[in-house]
This record gives sequence, C-alpha cells and structure tokens, in this order.
Amino acid sequence: MLKKSFIAIVVMSLAVFSLAGCGGGDAEKDYIEVRGSDTMVNLGQQYAEAFMDANPGITVSVTGGGSGTGIAALINNTVDIANASRAMRQSERDQAAEQGVDVYEFVVGQDAISVIVNEENPIKEITMADLKKVFTGQITEWSELGWEDGGTITLYSRQSNSGTHVFFWELVMDSEDWADATMFMPGTSAIFEGVVADTNAIGYVGVAYVGDGVHALKVAEHEGAQYVDPLVRANVDSGAYPIARPLYIYTNGVPEGVVLDFLNFMLSADGVAVLESVGFYANTPAYDQQNADTFRDLGIE
Amino acid sequence: MNQTGSDNKYNLTLGAKSQKWHEKAVLGGLTLNGLFAVVVVVAVFGFLLQKGLPALQEIGLKEFLTSSRWMPTSPNPGYGALSMIVGTLMVSVAALVVAVPWGVGTAMFLAEVAPGKIREFIKPTLEILAGIPSVVIGFIALVVVAPWVARTFGLSNGLTALTGALMLGVMALPTIVSISEDAFKAVPNEYRDAALALGATRWQTMIRVTFPAARSGIIAAIMLGFGRAVGETMTVLMATGNSLALPMQEFWGIKIPNYLASIRTLTATIAIEGLDVPWGSLHYRSLFVLGAMLFVLTFVINFVADIVLNKAQGGE
Repeated sequence: MLKKSFIAIVVMSLAVFSLAGCGGGDAEKDYIEVRGSDTMVNLGQQYAEAFMDANPGITVSVTGGGSGTGIAALINNTVDIANASRAMRQSERDQAAEQGVDVYEFVVGQDAISVIVNEENPIKEITMADLKKVFTGQITEWSELGWEDGGTITLYSRQSNSGTHVFFWELVMDSEDWADATMFMPGTSAIFEGVVADTNAIGYVGVAYVGDGVHALKVAEHEGAQYVDPLVRANVDSGAYPIARPLYIYTNGVPEGVVLDFLNFMLSADGVAVLESVGFYANTPAYDQQNADTFRDLGIE
Repeated sequence: MNQTGSDNKYNLTLGAKSQKWHEKAVLGGLTLNGLFAVVVVVAVFGFLLQKGLPALQEIGLKEFLTSSRWMPTSPNPGYGALSMIVGTLMVSVAALVVAVPWGVGTAMFLAEVAPGKIREFIKPTLEILAGIPSVVIGFIALVVVAPWVARTFGLSNGLTALTGALMLGVMALPTIVSISEDAFKAVPNEYRDAALALGATRWQTMIRVTFPAARSGIIAAIMLGFGRAVGETMTVLMATGNSLALPMQEFWGIKIPNYLASIRTLTATIAIEGLDVPWGSLHYRSLFVLGAMLFVLTFVINFVADIVLNKAQGGE
C-alpha cells in the first residue's frame, strides 16, 4: 500500500515538473527563475523580495550554487537569469549558441573581493605578490609575513564552480596551481565560518560578506604602492583596489515581460538601494553606459 | 538437521514437472528481472568507460593513479587522482571502524536482548536517522563536529578525514543495523534452544551460535554500509575541507594515512566540478574516469568480500 502511494506520488510529481518545464515560453509568465553566484545569492534574494513586494502575483525564485552552476543552467535553458560574479567564458558562450540560447550581459554593481583573516591576526595589509605566494604555497607560515606568533597558514578557497574562485585564481594567482593544502569550501559562508573559527586562516569573499570575527586586509598592487582598503567604495570606483570586479546578470534571450521588469528594477534607484544595503557597490557611470548601450542595441527600454 | 529441509525441496522440484504455462511465464519474468539487473550494472560501467576512455587514452591511466596533482582547468593541466583515491578509502574504512562494532552490537541487542518496548523505540529512531538529508549531517559536521575535532586534537581547524569518517560512520549505521538485525532474526530459534539446552549461557549462545550462523548476513550488511560510505558525497564535501594534498605522514620512516589532514574524495570532486565543466571536454571526460574508479573500487571490495565469505562457508 505504502509502496503504491509512493509510486503514485513520484509519478504525479514527475508529471507536474514536466508540465512546469513546458511553461517556459508563455507570454503571461508570472515567475522568474534565477540561479548562480553564491556571492550574489543574498543580493538576488533581496532584489526578489523587494520586486515581489512591489509586484504582487509575480514569483522570483533565487538559488545559488556558484556562477558556473548558474551559467550551466542558463546554457541548458533551465533558468531565466544567471547571476555571475565572473564574465562568461567564450567557450560557454559558444555552448549556449549551440543550444540555441541567446545570452545578454548586464552589470548590476561592483564587488571588491576581500581577503579576510581572523580578527586576532595582527596583520592588516598584504601585497598582491605575497597574496599569490600564500595561495600557491610558497609562503606557508604567518611569521614570513611578519606575525611572529602566528602558526601555519590555513588556506580557505572556494570551489571551481565559483566565479570568485576563477576570478581570484586568474587575477591574483596568474592561473598557477593552488597550494596542496588549500581547502576548497562549498560556499562563501563556509569560508567565513572557517576564518572566524581558525586563528591561522586566510580566505577570500565578496565585500558584502565581511563581518564580525574577521577583518579584511588592505591590498597593494605591488611593493611600495599604497595599501588599499576594499571596504571603501571610492577605492573600487577609482580602480585603486586591485581585486575588484563587476557583478553580472545574464538573461536567457532578449529580456521581455516580467524578466525585463525585474531587470529594470535591479538597475533602478530602488535596485541600487537594495544593492548598497546588502553591502556591494553601485555601478560606475561606465557600467551604466554599458547597460544603456545593450538596451539600445536590443531595442528594449 | 537438513533432512526435512531437503525433502521439502525435493517435493517442490517434483511439482515443477506439472507446471502450467503461466507459472512458466512468471518464472521467466523473474529470470528476466534478474538478468536485467546485471545488464544495468554492465551498462553503467560501459557508459562510464565509453565517456571516460578518450581521457584515459590521452592522459594515461598512470597519471590518474600515481600523481596527486589535480588541476584540470590550469593552462598546464594535471589529472592525478591518487590523493582522492586514498582519501575515499581512508574515510570509508574509518567509517566502518566506527559503524561496524556499533551497528552490529546494536543489531545484536535489538534481535537478542532488547525487550519489545525498547526495540519499538530504537528501530524507528534509527529509521529517522537514515532519513536525515546528507546536507544536514554535513552542516552538523561543519558547525559542531569539526570545531570539536579541532579542540580535541589541538588543530587550527577540524575539517579533516576524521570528521568525515565520524559522520559517515553515523550515516552507515542504520543500513548496518537493520540488515544485520534481519540476519540475527533469520537464525532459527532451534539453534538457540539447542545451545541453551546444552548448558550454554545466553552470552555464549549469542557469540558462539547465533553470531556465526548470521555471519553471511552481517558481512552483507557491512558491505552495504561500505557502499553507503564510499558513495556519500555531500557530507564529506562539507566536512573534510577538500584539500588535494596527499594525506600521508611519515611515522618511524613508514608512510601512514594522516586522519587529521584535510582530504578530498572522488565523489566530492565529481560533485564540485561536474556542475560547470564544459561538456565533452577532456576535464569532463576525466570526471567519468573518476566515476569508473569509484565503480571499480566498490566492485573489487564486494568481490573480495564475496570470496572471503565463500571461503568461510566452504570451511564449515
């Protein structure tokens, strides 16, 4: 009996899911599915809540998993929007084209990847070269960086499906190998919790995740250059902070209907207010211009 | 002792001569079911091999098995899976060290000793344990067990093979308990009565009579528990830190597994990288090689257990 009803439930849920899957092309769509960057998942949920408050009857579902996960879902045509904290690779764009998915890029804001250490760590600043040495395993002891009582550095990284991982690896480490002892954590919050609990830890997270129990190191482009604080917006706007990046929204096809409404909301003053309350930085005029150009090219407003 | 049993069997075979056609159809259907299970297993392995073979040809099995540099996205890619194989074996074996004595003991208690009311309470509780999603257990590992391991062993963090093994041990427990309990229950009561009648105590009966009689079922339970531990993904992914360093340390000149080091399992790698790997690429295919390794690993272990089991039974 139990088995029969179980089978019935499975069959019914399969039927429901496959029906739901067919609804993608409806003109009167009333839900939006968003997946992607773990760095942006809180941001995405705040956007969704604010948007749903203003537009009752529309549902926006936001899930994380990593930029790579969101982009893969976009390529497989299973989501409307992918959040990404790195730009789409050419190989991914090619795959999307093969699957018949048109992808359009928008920038909603900026992030400074913050290098965080435990709050008991006396070190406050680091150069890009030392940061690379730490994460490639050439520097393994805190004493080498000037903290005589520090122990062996514990490295916390994101996993390869994370846009933050890819960005950090390419920009800071020049795509060289991670140190053998690097621990690859499943999400930003796992890194944060790890660094809070571990005096010898170093990790990297989006600027919105810097909180109590850790502090963000000031980073200098090279020896002798000024150490720059990621927590100051002007440093990101001016390009002085070396590990800053745009936060991307990729739409599945030309945005229209509710997806266009949602996109417009994210780029509006209300959307920027949400972005800043979460802890990220608003677009520079250059990014706003880039969005405006895309809108004009697509003939949407 | 087997006299009546074989008589019955004989009678059944006699009856088979007068089978009706629909009985034959049912028997045929059952045979097909059995064969189909074999076909599925072969097909899964064939699929893994077919997808992974180009990677094996291009990279070579040697690099997979002897190197521990796993950097498939690097401009100078490396595909060494040694530390993952070692990591997978380490956590699974240690999980069994936790779960087997605990699980078999619990099963023996439930089947032989526990009064009905206590059994009614323990069994459903264990079933609930089996139903807890692995991501929840992984989270418990992250926020409770890992800090405990770190404090106990004076480490800076507790994301180690030991943490993963403890969690996997708990997760394998319900499987081991319920199957070994069935094995104990399947031992005919006449065995126990005979032992007790010969003057054995209850403890002697359990250890010398019931336990050996239930042995094959218990080994099956352990094998299934091992399968659970090898295949588990989410929990180890969250609990073990996923570092790629070979988790070995020198001890009096001998290399032994270091359970206080972070490890990464084969399953965790497939789960992490399978999500966003470009389809058809060498990296994608090498993940199928990891899958095939996982398959071979469980197959070999089951096979060896089977041989050991047959030998043990043949010796009686």
